[in-house]
Amino acid sequence: MIEYLFIIIGTVWVNNIVLSQFLGLCPFMGVSRKLETAIGMGLATVFVLTLSSITSYLIHTYLLHPYGLDYLRTISFILVIAGIVGFTELVVHKTSPLLHNVLGIYLPLITTNCAVLGVALLNVQKSNGFIESGLYGFGSAMGFTLILVLFAAMRERISASDVPEVFQGSAIAMITAGLMALAFMGFTGLIKT
Amino acid sequence: MMLVIEIITAIVVLVGIAAFFGLILGYASVRFKVEGDPITDQIDSLLPQTQCGQCSFAGCRPYAEAIAKGEIGINQCPPGGKATILALADLLDIEPEPLNEELAEGSDIATVAVIIEKDCIGCTLCIQACPVDAIVGSAKHMHTVIEAECTGCDLCLPPCPVDCIIMVPIKETPTSWKHPEPHHVVRGLQAIAVVVETKGGAQP
Repeated sequence: MIEYLFIIIGTVWVNNIVLSQFLGLCPFMGVSRKLETAIGMGLATVFVLTLSSITSYLIHTYLLHPYGLDYLRTISFILVIAGIVGFTELVVHKTSPLLHNVLGIYLPLITTNCAVLGVALLNVQKSNGFIESGLYGFGSAMGFTLILVLFAAMRERISASDVPEVFQGSAIAMITAGLMALAFMGFTGLIKT
Repeated sequence: MMLVIEIITAIVVLVGIAAFFGLILGYASVRFKVEGDPITDQIDSLLPQTQCGQCSFAGCRPYAEAIAKGEIGINQCPPGGKATILALADLLDIEPEPLNEELAEGSDIATVAVIIEKDCIGCTLCIQACPVDAIVGSAKHMHTVIEAECTGCDLCLPPCPVDCIIMVPIKETPTSWKHPEPHHVVRGLQAIAVVVETKGGAQP
């Protein structure tokens, strides 16, 4: 039981998908301008990443590996992710228009989030089991959301503050992201992975 | 021979996965079909459909879409008044807010337009302006307002060249009188009541 907790803590803080693995950087810079959009993107990612890491585990273990088709991993995982995102979008649109309003355009955008594919591939590389894969996906997505929300909150403050002209816009955002990554290095060694 | 089998397995597996997800998506798009935006439709059905444009949108439907997107508050509709705000607040599960004061202009008291008939020159300009066709009359003949249809939207006031239209408060008659609202509604109305009191209007 305790190792499951370690997976969550490890993926959220120690090996954060954005700040120490550098995956999913485009939504990290792209949708972090407003706090609400950041939360929406985070929620959508949690949902899709958990589901897709479980499904890609099943496809890999029961379909690709037994037939010796490991080299088809990447392309079939992309297929799986695109399928799940499309399906989720349809279901959410029908069952909960309010949630669909909140997630909006971010749901289909997740298809292009490299963190989703990255986590699926990492699961195979680490030869994680079924529950571990799900937890790894969930934890990574929680880490992604945490960073995205923190970063969006900081960017909202920065945009209202007096920034020197040369640092305005993306420059200060990059510096902030770098400082955040440095700060998160403080968690290294919290858990032996 | 081995290579051919391997290639065929690869193709079959990949096509299989693609076909599987294709079938699921195809089924889902039929099973979970959504006609329009249900929230927008529900909001639209609560609006008075006067298409008067006082909310700064080009009619009730665009305003409903803007509310659904969360771009604007629910307090921009003077013809709908308190009742519409309460109904929208109930639908969207948010706190009711007082009518936008810039749009309100004392419209917390229900009013109807009345044409001072001896001054009317029969120009038909107010007939064209009325969003609910509540004004009858024809060119060079006196016009009058159908009181039951008038929503009190004030749109006929600016076009009148002789300023013969006035807004009068609706008098309470035995047919229009209502029971005072029950306490739980009154509590929801508190925010609105504050505005009414500070303006010295009638008690809700």
